[in-house]
Amino acid sequence: MNRRELLQIGTAALAGVGVSSRLYAAPAGGARFLLVFLRGGYDSTNVLIPYTSSFYYEARPTIAIARPDVAVPTGALALDSDWALSPALRDTIGAMYLQRQVAFVPFAGTDDLSRSHFETQDSIELGQPIGGARDYRSGFMARLSDALTSPASSGPAAIAFTDALPLSFQGATPVPNMSLKNLGKPPFDQRQARILTDMYAGHRLQPAVANGLELRQEVAHAMADEMLASGRDAINSKGFELEAERMGKLMRDTYRIGFIDVGGWDTHVNEGGAQGTLASNLSGLGRGLQAFAQSLGPEWNNTVVVVVSEFGRTFRENGDRGTDHGHGTVYWVLGGALHGGLIAGEQRRLERATLFQDRDYPVLNDYRAVLGGLFRSLWSLSPTQCDRIFRQTQPVELSLV
Amino acid sequence: MTDLPYQPRRFARHRAPILVGVAATLAACAAPAPRTAADAQNAASATPMLTLHREDVLWIDRLSFGLDTRIVADYRRFGRERMLERQLDDADHALPDAIASQIDVMEVAHVDVVQQLAGVQAAYKSINALPDGADKEQARKVLNDAGNKLAYQAIRRDLLRALYSPSQLQEQMVWFWLNHFSVHQYKGNLRWLIGDYEEHAIRPHVFGHFRELVLATLEHPAMLQYLDNQQNAAGHLNENYARELMELHTLGVEAGYTQEDVQQLARILTGAGINTGDAPKLKPEWRPLYVRRGAFEFNPARHDFGNKILLGHAIDGKGLGEIENAVTLIVRQPACAHFISHQLASYFVADNPPPRLVDKMAQTFQHSDGDIAAVLRTMFLAPEFNAALGGKFKDPTRYVVSAVRFAYDGRPISNTRPLLNWLNALGEGPYNRATPDGYPLGELSWASPGQISRRFEIARAIGSGNAGLFDPEDGTTATSSGFPQLSNRLYFEALEPFLAAGTRTALNRANSQQEWNTFLLSSPDFNYE
Repeated sequence: MNRRELLQIGTAALAGVGVSSRLYAAPAGGARFLLVFLRGGYDSTNVLIPYTSSFYYEARPTIAIARPDVAVPTGALALDSDWALSPALRDTIGAMYLQRQVAFVPFAGTDDLSRSHFETQDSIELGQPIGGARDYRSGFMARLSDALTSPASSGPAAIAFTDALPLSFQGATPVPNMSLKNLGKPPFDQRQARILTDMYAGHRLQPAVANGLELRQEVAHAMADEMLASGRDAINSKGFELEAERMGKLMRDTYRIGFIDVGGWDTHVNEGGAQGTLASNLSGLGRGLQAFAQSLGPEWNNTVVVVVSEFGRTFRENGDRGTDHGHGTVYWVLGGALHGGLIAGEQRRLERATLFQDRDYPVLNDYRAVLGGLFRSLWSLSPTQCDRIFRQTQPVELSLV
Repeated sequence: MTDLPYQPRRFARHRAPILVGVAATLAACAAPAPRTAADAQNAASATPMLTLHREDVLWIDRLSFGLDTRIVADYRRFGRERMLERQLDDADHALPDAIASQIDVMEVAHVDVVQQLAGVQAAYKSINALPDGADKEQARKVLNDAGNKLAYQAIRRDLLRALYSPSQLQEQMVWFWLNHFSVHQYKGNLRWLIGDYEEHAIRPHVFGHFRELVLATLEHPAMLQYLDNQQNAAGHLNENYARELMELHTLGVEAGYTQEDVQQLARILTGAGINTGDAPKLKPEWRPLYVRRGAFEFNPARHDFGNKILLGHAIDGKGLGEIENAVTLIVRQPACAHFISHQLASYFVADNPPPRLVDKMAQTFQHSDGDIAAVLRTMFLAPEFNAALGGKFKDPTRYVVSAVRFAYDGRPISNTRPLLNWLNALGEGPYNRATPDGYPLGELSWASPGQISRRFEIARAIGSGNAGLFDPEDGTTATSSGFPQLSNRLYFEALEPFLAAGTRTALNRANSQQEWNTFLLSSPDFNYE
């Protein structure tokens, strides 16, 4: 029996527990996947630190992070002989890495060379071959969701935890979206919701109207226990941690595919090193991802999270103790049953000659190939299905799942 | 609770045509007296229209932040072309007194931005020098709160003008350009600057020449700070602003410039920064090149005087003149004419505007050296504009402002907080776009399931109560209550005749006036223009 079969049995057993009274039940046996998009181009070089490269310390005189030192238990965490993890992530992502629940893919990214946030975010979310005509109604997460939805399944199993629907989820089948930051009571009763939905019969917005009104009820229902707990003075998490905890619950009970974006990574000025702007953003992100994993419960073992960003930043710091738009970045892969605890994908030792245009990380691991390979393994997709998600892309096998 | 459908009874349908006539007469009486002989001539020659057609109503909707009795009356009085000319001429459209006086008491309407900024910078500096601890935190909080208060006033002023200004096209253009040259109030000390940015960098130029608008934003401390050009100096290049100036503000992303052009432009822009204090001590040969305009400073000591090549053109290193030359060069590129025309048409015409229309607008842009009013004229009077009416989904700002305009029809609200909260909930808060690309202009970005259910909740808040719009701004408890009457004269004149069948059915199923209001504001008829 291979690992996948084991996972499937585990999930089937869980399905009997009956945690879900939701409108849509997640299909049994399906792996779960969350894409976390760090918008702004996070400085991956100060997250996964090439600590044995003296060039790193030359290139970043004020913002470099000190080499790992066993005498400093709060400093950078050595992951292997080349790479160390930012101290800001040590207690969260670092701890998970030691449990083999995290892998990093450096030199990852896209062949889009515009170095524009918006252009590159769009091209990544669309996931179409670069240079061709773009179809803004077809994002890769939507194509993934379509590939996994059989005609017999009860409803959409994908959700974006955002105020607006991200480009990656644009597609023929409407995907619901709802930010879980602030939640109140749903405002419409069933009769009113029906009248509103009927009013849009035959209109192009009808699916979105119906979907939005249903989702609102469903989320309120799913969070009922949280409201109860807060009434009993339970300690509440805040900010992204709280949002991630809620996401975990909804993905545990209802959804298979999720998307969240986190902003604030465009550190042109005063980026900081072991402490400062980037470090505090990272620490919030790390705590959130940990809370997400915990609230999934046993389903964490059946879940994979990938953290991406549109590009990395310049290897050298600029004149303002910050970094400018770069090219290659580092992706994170997390999961309860991941073959993690390693740095995956094609790599090169970091010296000046390694840099792309003497400026940035090169891209050696194309994001479509990396994600395509993960999707193929997670759901045993056929080559045709893979090609529908990422056209003209050969998936690479990183053997993480 | 009764199951009987709710029927608005004040104006039963068969009486509508009579009321339309009354409305027209009343509006004509209420209109201000002509101020000049030319105006009188024009007013006299305009033929009042007896019947509004669907496309008339939609055209008014596009030109404005939504229908109210006054703008509909103006349309009847002047007709399309004359009304457009009046809207493009921003000279003579005073705000209603009740609104003007609300704005006049705001601090933001009277600050001197240079003094203000100098004070704020000094205050932050002295706070930073304090030892860490509760006192320091408290001092910082007091200062930030003062800044937030000023930023809120700027937003309040902006919303009041959008709601009540007779110059509705001007207000839409202020929104459009603020979004095009977007800045974020929560970066640095921008909250102190956004009111001035809107008032002095954007507003005077909304119908003017595009080059002047670009230069006004370039020199404003809000932009210099937001896109980091104040940090951009010879030997310490920061290319953030240079990139966005071409990508977002002028040429568009696929316009053929290169990373090399970005770096060259960043070099050209070195030395353009902010100074609110004394002029720096400079070598004698640099002194004549030093420029100070308000808080804007061009400091030759920070400038890269090497020669540059931008977009294939040589730009000789000579100081501030390089920046002006570079902007002229950029805005005269065909790509700029096309990009700006495309953005305008995406906002006013259709999410994917007809290429023929964009080409025509771009031609006007180039022939007129970037005259924005001329480009708008080409757009509003084109057959393609007419053909696209009714298909544009209102973005959150247009939706929220048009709903309040329609519900209260000229009656001044006293509290703009509810509008701000709604805009934030819908993801389009004023000055709240964190990234420099501004908010997107198409339905794709605003009509997701989650956003639609939020929008219906807001329809309910507006339709079923006063939503706090008449509470005092000082945070004291409300004294007023009640809900608006949306089945009003304006409704029967401008909406009812054109309602979709599905909307009629839904309205007939309403159990109360509040529900009826909510359904109307949620209907496709009210959400598209």
